[in-house]
Amino acid sequence: MTNGIGTAVAAAPGDRDADDVFVDVQNVRLNYQVGDDSSTLALDETNMTLRRGEFVAIVGPSGCGKSSLLKLASGLRRPSSGEVLVGGSAVVKPIKIVGMAFQNPTMLPWLRTIDNVLMPLQIVEPHRSQFRAKKEEYREMARGLLAEVGLAHFADKYPWELSGGMLQRASLCRALIHDPRLLLLDEPFGALDAFTREDLWQVLQKLWMERHPTVILVTHDLREAVFLADTVHVMSARPGRVLTSHRVDIRRPRTLDDLFTDTASQLVHELRSHISHDRGV
Amino acid sequence: MRTVDELDTVSRTTMDARARSGSTRGRIAKSLRELAAPDKVFPALAIVLFFVVWEIVCRVFNVPVFILPKPSEFLGVLIAKWPAILPNAIQTLYTTIVGFALGVLVGAAIGACVGLSRFVYRVTYPLLIGFYSVPKIAVVPILVIWFGIGTIPAILTAAIMCLFPVVVNVATGLATTEPELEDVLRALGASKLDVLRRVGLPRSMPYFFASLKIAVSLAFVGTVVAETVAANIGIGSMMILASSTFDVPLVFAGVFLLAVLGVAMYAIFALIERRVTFWARRNADVAA
Repeated sequence: MTNGIGTAVAAAPGDRDADDVFVDVQNVRLNYQVGDDSSTLALDETNMTLRRGEFVAIVGPSGCGKSSLLKLASGLRRPSSGEVLVGGSAVVKPIKIVGMAFQNPTMLPWLRTIDNVLMPLQIVEPHRSQFRAKKEEYREMARGLLAEVGLAHFADKYPWELSGGMLQRASLCRALIHDPRLLLLDEPFGALDAFTREDLWQVLQKLWMERHPTVILVTHDLREAVFLADTVHVMSARPGRVLTSHRVDIRRPRTLDDLFTDTASQLVHELRSHISHDRGV
Repeated sequence: MRTVDELDTVSRTTMDARARSGSTRGRIAKSLRELAAPDKVFPALAIVLFFVVWEIVCRVFNVPVFILPKPSEFLGVLIAKWPAILPNAIQTLYTTIVGFALGVLVGAAIGACVGLSRFVYRVTYPLLIGFYSVPKIAVVPILVIWFGIGTIPAILTAAIMCLFPVVVNVATGLATTEPELEDVLRALGASKLDVLRRVGLPRSMPYFFASLKIAVSLAFVGTVVAETVAANIGIGSMMILASSTFDVPLVFAGVFLLAVLGVAMYAIFALIERRVTFWARRNADVAA
């Protein structure tokens, strides 16, 4: 399926230089216990590899286990069978190199925005033990990050004084403050209006280009996936599997205008038809 | 009708007052304005009106003192017998505060245990409801058997009374932590204790302080109930003595005093709640 637009890529590990692989999902199955003796299969024989610094988007019908995949990658959940490797070692408990952001920005309302952003530094080592000593340095870091996403004047406001878009910007800052090597985003812009969402795509692209974490973005929005990702994986309805993967060959930094080129629209269309086909529409 | 110019003057005056609010004069002016605000004046008027109507009804229908004394009568008794009443009031206040503190400490501890574990929550819930359903006055005779007549049964009754609202609220506050928030921290390797300290406890504070207001009122009820049954001093005991000698104005003076003390304690904790958990009420009056 090579047509110069999206290049279909094989998801099998070993296909690329082994040193380059950062996240390796191998034959993962995940069962959710429902009630006492019945269980649902959320993921079935899922394989996926991410290169170091790659931006991957996962799209698919709702309930296809996209979010479960993030929980597996972060170590919040263990697979029922198969293995998830991050940085070459199996994930058996929460790995601390992860930053997360969700559709719900989950800011703590009793802390000012800057203190919300600083929260991960109070949890994760080595920052945790240095937090008191380096407080000023860390605060400057947080202010810098907030300024980058356009929240310079809102650092000392409380979260409930911010709009939805601002909260999501702050949530991205919180996910990135400890410079995580793996950034997991679960529909972070799902609840925002179209224009705010497009602003935030650009903010996220800028942050990613500066810091180059490996990113897994779960989204329903195919244009979002095409705008942001290096590779888009399409997942099937439950139980989830990777149906197909597309490389997005649009140079960076991408602009919103790039989304209106034939390349991008054809790719969006193609992704759309995969999902429709899988849902039997 | 005001002209536009007049309105402009008015708004400018208000702005000037705001600008001055840093100075002492401005602050006094501000607090006076706040006191005179309709939402403060009308409740005060309602209280005054209540007693005025009471007074009038008693006078018009010539109600006998031993049935319903006039406010002027029991307020007079309250002032005249103040030296004798004061030790009773102090005793009741002391008992209430000690019982309240005890109840809140134990209640918060139990609430934390119950709220942190779904298992403990499920196991202890019926037991808690059972304890909650027992009329607390039924416990007083038992406490008297154990501890004799005096301050201790009253303190314990007050503590038992305010235990449950605190337990239920603290447990609810802890149990309803957003799972996503927990995920953000746990993915960073936060321990259960970290999550509790950074998220669970601060988040349950509004619930906790809301329960304190209720608990302090209930502690008063507990104290007075125990005092009427098993004490020689305290407002409750004073009222029982007064009623046995048909000193009805003194009984009403006791009720009035209890109401004043109860409102004062409630107000103190409402104020603390406002200060500590301002964020839970969101933008309402915080921005001002």
